[in-house]
Amino acid sequence: MPHRYLPHTPDDLRRMLAAVHASDIDALFEAIPEDLRRRAHLDLPDGMGEHALKAHLQDLASAVRVPEPEGMFLGGGAYNHFQPGVVDFVISRSEFYTSYTPYQPEVSQGTLQAIFEYQTLICQLTGMEVSNASLYDGASGLAEALLLARRVKKRPKMLLARSIHPDYRAVARTYLSGSDAEIVEVPFTKAGTIDRAALEKALDTGVAAVAVQSPNVFGCVEDLRAIGEMAHQAGALLVAACTEPISYGVLRDPGTLGADVALGDGQSLGLPPSYGGPWFGFFATRQAFVRQLPGRLVGQSHDANGRRGYVLTLATREQHIRREKATSNICTNQSLCALAGAAFLATLGKTGFAELARQNLAKAEYAKRVIRDEAGLAFPFSAPTFNEFVVEVKDDPERVLGRLREEGLLGGIPLGPWYPELERAILVCVTEMNPKSAIDRLARGLKA
Amino acid sequence: MEYPDDLKYTKEHEWARMSDGRITVGITDYAQDALGEVVFLELPEVDTEVSKEDTFGVIESVKAANDLFAPVSGRVAEVNSTVVDSPEMVNTDPYGEGWLIAVEPSDLAELDELMTAKEYAEYVRSQKE
Amino acid sequence: MNVKPGATQPLEPLLFEKGSPGRVGWSLPPADVPDVDPDAIFGKGAARGPVEGLPELSEVDVVRHYTRLSRLNYGVDVGMYPLGSCTMKYNPKLNEWAARIPAFARSHPLQPPEISQGLLALMHALERILCEVSGMARVTLQPAAGAQGELAGMLIVRAHHKAHGNPRHKVLVPDTAHGTNPASCALCDYEVVTIKSGPTGLLEPAAVAAHMDEDVAALMLTNPNTCGLFETHIREIADIVHAKGGLVYYDGANLNALMGVAKPGHMGVDVMHFNLHKTFSTPHGGGGPGSGPVGVVEPLARYLPTPIVNLRDGQYVLDDVPESIGKMKSFHGHVGMHIRAYAYALALGGKGLAQSSRYAVLNANYVLERLRGAYHVPYAGRVMHECIVTDKRQNDHGVKTLDIAKRLMDYGYHPPTVYFPLVVPGALMIEPTESESLETLDAFVDAMLAIAREAEEDPELVTGAPHTTPVARLDEVEAARKPILRWTPA
Repeated sequence: MPHRYLPHTPDDLRRMLAAVHASDIDALFEAIPEDLRRRAHLDLPDGMGEHALKAHLQDLASAVRVPEPEGMFLGGGAYNHFQPGVVDFVISRSEFYTSYTPYQPEVSQGTLQAIFEYQTLICQLTGMEVSNASLYDGASGLAEALLLARRVKKRPKMLLARSIHPDYRAVARTYLSGSDAEIVEVPFTKAGTIDRAALEKALDTGVAAVAVQSPNVFGCVEDLRAIGEMAHQAGALLVAACTEPISYGVLRDPGTLGADVALGDGQSLGLPPSYGGPWFGFFATRQAFVRQLPGRLVGQSHDANGRRGYVLTLATREQHIRREKATSNICTNQSLCALAGAAFLATLGKTGFAELARQNLAKAEYAKRVIRDEAGLAFPFSAPTFNEFVVEVKDDPERVLGRLREEGLLGGIPLGPWYPELERAILVCVTEMNPKSAIDRLARGLKA
Repeated sequence: MEYPDDLKYTKEHEWARMSDGRITVGITDYAQDALGEVVFLELPEVDTEVSKEDTFGVIESVKAANDLFAPVSGRVAEVNSTVVDSPEMVNTDPYGEGWLIAVEPSDLAELDELMTAKEYAEYVRSQKE
Repeated sequence: MNVKPGATQPLEPLLFEKGSPGRVGWSLPPADVPDVDPDAIFGKGAARGPVEGLPELSEVDVVRHYTRLSRLNYGVDVGMYPLGSCTMKYNPKLNEWAARIPAFARSHPLQPPEISQGLLALMHALERILCEVSGMARVTLQPAAGAQGELAGMLIVRAHHKAHGNPRHKVLVPDTAHGTNPASCALCDYEVVTIKSGPTGLLEPAAVAAHMDEDVAALMLTNPNTCGLFETHIREIADIVHAKGGLVYYDGANLNALMGVAKPGHMGVDVMHFNLHKTFSTPHGGGGPGSGPVGVVEPLARYLPTPIVNLRDGQYVLDDVPESIGKMKSFHGHVGMHIRAYAYALALGGKGLAQSSRYAVLNANYVLERLRGAYHVPYAGRVMHECIVTDKRQNDHGVKTLDIAKRLMDYGYHPPTVYFPLVVPGALMIEPTESESLETLDAFVDAMLAIAREAEEDPELVTGAPHTTPVARLDEVEAARKPILRWTPA
């Protein structure tokens, strides 16, 4: 019976089988051993019509009880931001989303120009000289940055601030587990930022990179300039990850502060959390390391008539040419997600992006004030924060958060599972999506 | 294809020219033609020690990247910085302005192990078949 | 596309070349808390003013910019996209809706499992579907794409051997493999040993046996291979690898030929990855996001990336995997793609998935049969879901594979994969997929046949192609010699 995704009619099939001189479709599979074919039956239900399938998916969705965005205070690597309608419009253009990697530039100028613009926007945000076309996520971006440092510096040791998001560190560890690189974690201080005395001690001539995150997993802003000077003094690279790229709208860019690689998750730039993805990882570095960049790159060129156009370039770094000597095994980028990021930045623009960052900062500062002054709770860390911060509660965090959930608030992330020494701590994120009234309710709930 | 008689050749398509105690190294006409338009060269720094048959750099076209192999061992005495900035010179003048590095050889006898122009032409012919 | 051929003005100015200072495309919600002074909070020098260079456009400007750019692109929704080994099948529209259901899209990856049951149920069910299709015992959905799946899979291989006392040093990879295979091996510190395929395009058991020893961690292979041929000796080859304690890694790039036809789990495969963006119809997005789940046999499940979804006491839970290779990705992988793949699998059901693979194979054979007279076919016999022809005959007229590819654009098609696999000189690798109707296939073949005629009668028409695209052939040499990788103010 014909299926809506499969156009062949019985008559088509007859004609095609005759053309290929086959009695039936099974005859086309004679290269496959008979016993493999005999056991290949799929024990799965019959296909569903669009109607029934839609209802089924809606049923599943109704078993996801996520509160309204007003009551969402979770950050920790995924952020609750407004998605301008333009963004979803752009990535819903099927000329974009049903195309593939722009191998054939003559029919891919849309994707290619959009990526070229994306690369420019990321350079502007990070203050770096060159950006790739995006990676899977910030976590694998950190791993790729360390591998880049390994190649550039030919030194084995990587110093990672323990204040980097645990998933970033875990992915870096997985990626480097097959190599001779050694990962050493550097503790954090009462400020909630990297312990510079411990860093000083750990910095020797075997260190290829010092990696920190700013804002870090506690929302705290690291002193990139000072850390960069220490790293460079020891001949190591500064890898500056970032949990929340909206912070670039109010915080000095890592390029200016001395970063050699700037990276992070782009989710905040117009992509919904979607329970973890897909988003994109942005990755930018200095011109000097362009030949060491992982992933795709788009460059400007001209066509045979002299018209400006764009192509994939410097492909000899990549796996399809360099194979085992490639700078990374990554094949594609997160093109559509990067496109969303670019459309987001284009829509907000110079003023909107700065205002958005400023408003996030103001909301978080207000939240800190009411939590401190009215709920009487303390903050374990003293460093300045952007839009998330750690608060210490007086009861078991799970219990506190459970109570908040009953009021329709997802109040934060308990930090105990990540940092056992912070068993009473909750990571709270406040964005432009949280009205003052919800922040006030949160403060009351955290106290109770 | 042109393979000058005064040069020695490797199986990896480099040439070597002895003059004034130094050995100048480049890639052959055949190699530049096979590679297509050269877009990038990665060459060692002066004073780097290279060993015969080890890689000393990389040469790239748009769709290919090939290692460069040292025809003899020794110290890199000079690097052609002009060709790094204008890699197309490898295509236009592979035996002249498109030279890559000059080596102070540590063992001149290694030169004798390389192919003559005639042997190399024969080798290229056999490779094509 | 309203473009005058030969004109040299840019098709569409860059975002940065338009707009006007002060123009905005978005309005912020009103501030209901007091404003703050960033200098006071972060200290002077640590705060920043507006980002220099960001565009200043209205909403209309942005919409028109991207709409115009989109019209310079070719996609599956525009027409047939027979890019070999990429499985450019139709991307159902319902799936796009499904991934955007607010409860799914708004879900935070760290929200408690108690409120995420619908998503966890979906992920668990998708895992069961992938297990059923592949014959593997467990599947992780975490890897972001095929290449990351390969890395995860090879790290699992390494973990297995390490647990048995020796991680081993070598991996066998056929010369027809995708470039990601050796690149992923290199990340695991495995030395790649390339195995030559035989004259029929197949991997020969003797060639594997000759290289197989107790220092070989695994054989990585794609089946059907990148020549579009089923590795008939797969079981014998797997036995050879297993006899020396090695594992078999299966690159699922070409799984679209085999759903309901043969299961990797029955072929002796130990670890494999899926490409949901190929086999399970999630859109390719101009190069991503993909999704690359990894399946393993039961004894290897203990090494899967952490966490994994389990069903316990009627509740879906996220369990840590104690001997896990670690995490491949933040959180749970590309859940938005899992939703689409799940919707696709349910729309087709068991019978429909099997029918899809059967039609994919029929379509490839039909195209090959019709092209046979006009193009050189490197391998005799039937193919699976993709076929290869070459430019050997057209070479006599100075026409190369790249020219044929470019000329196809003038006929309204995206070109096939070109110059891959590397073992076939001048390869055009055509994967029609099951989505194409007989009329579309015929029209595509007619275009190919017309190009073959043009190559003989008017070769310059072909070597000068494309003639009708928004831009003519681009100078890739210029781009690589003096890379311009971003816009800078004049």
